[in-house]
Amino acid sequence: MPRTLLLIGTRKGAFFLESNDRKTWELRGPFCEGWPVYHLIHDPKSGAVYAAAASEWHGQAVWRSQDLGETWTHSSEGIAYDADAGRKISKVSTLAVSDGRLLVGVEAPGVFESRDEGHTWSLLSTLAGQPGSEQWDDPSNQPPGHLGISALMFDRENADRFWAIVQGVGLFETTDYAQSWTPRNRGLRADWPREHEEVGFCVHKLVRSSADGDRMYQQNHVGMHRSDDAGQTWTEITEGLPTEFGFAAATHPHDRDTFYVIPLDPGHGRTMPDGHAAVWRTRDAGSSWQRLDSGLPQRDAYVGVLREAMAVDAEDAPGLYFGTSTGQVFASKDEGDTWTQIADYLPPISSVEVAAIE
Amino acid sequence: MANVHLPSTLGPLFPGLPRHLDVQAATVHQVIDHLEREWPGIRDRLCEPGPTLRSHIHVYVNRERAKLDTPVAEQSRVDVIAAISGG
Repeated sequence: MPRTLLLIGTRKGAFFLESNDRKTWELRGPFCEGWPVYHLIHDPKSGAVYAAAASEWHGQAVWRSQDLGETWTHSSEGIAYDADAGRKISKVSTLAVSDGRLLVGVEAPGVFESRDEGHTWSLLSTLAGQPGSEQWDDPSNQPPGHLGISALMFDRENADRFWAIVQGVGLFETTDYAQSWTPRNRGLRADWPREHEEVGFCVHKLVRSSADGDRMYQQNHVGMHRSDDAGQTWTEITEGLPTEFGFAAATHPHDRDTFYVIPLDPGHGRTMPDGHAAVWRTRDAGSSWQRLDSGLPQRDAYVGVLREAMAVDAEDAPGLYFGTSTGQVFASKDEGDTWTQIADYLPPISSVEVAAIE
Repeated sequence: MANVHLPSTLGPLFPGLPRHLDVQAATVHQVIDHLEREWPGIRDRLCEPGPTLRSHIHVYVNRERAKLDTPVAEQSRVDVIAAISGG
């Protein structure tokens, strides 16, 4: 049976949680010298682990470990905008890998690629010319903690096709490896004025069903949404949830209609409502929702969960995992019905990914 | 040769990098060029494109705040500081 590896990115470095049975977990770390890690991923093809990290002092870099954390290298060679262009990179925010292509999304918004496993990088796209691009480098238009490109997601079959979220602007798709882009925000709601019809939406998290590639879900700043045509159009499915706001989301690996989300208070606190921790699940593509809180703290639990901080594995009985802004990791082996705390006292958690290790 | 003092945060990033070393250089820029030849990638940890020093990396030559073009003399002491910030 493969081992389960949870890759935990935190504000003070990276950590691994490993288990042979998904009951007993061993913590390793911290890695990456305590740099803030925004996203930590595993490449199942090469076995490498990559971390997108940005130090207040030493800038941004992508860290790489080929031996599951025993040794690490780091590089930012090529992750830079032309000094004359006036754009600067404040952080590397998100990673995606497919078929030997490693992408990193950065702030100010841009996508860099590596074809040599993260040793060297080159600029792939800034989505220049897309509606809204004339404004998204303006710091006055950027929300606090701006991530720029906050997420990248490859198509499973076609490495020329991937999706990118520009924080506070919307979702974009390319089918020709970033030569051209199409906004994919039709049907989304926005409760604020917008200058362009197709952008100006605040997409927090995009997930795609493993069982049906046309089925996507997204947690938006305003509402949960579902797509049945791979993001071309969206339908709101918020009704039945306690709030319309949140960050983290996950799809069931085998059932396209089952989806998980963690609603948060939409104000400045952005913690679970009323101090009661809960994950919410739909089994009918958003027509109804069930509150899942067995094993989660139900008193004075003012915890947040960020956009990359929930993951689901691909076992027959899938395991769900999420990490909190207060350093706990919770796991469920029964599709969310019951939860167990498997780590505590970690630094604030930015991302949780899961990998099966042979 | 200038006597260069480096911050403790750099050591774990570049195996074999000492905290103190002597460098033959005429400017701060040349000090960093020397470091880059010996420990590739260290320039990116100290400088932004331009290049300019990163905002939280402070360099002092003989205890005076310096920039990349600040001259370095034969007996200069060069302190590279990771500025106090964050928490």
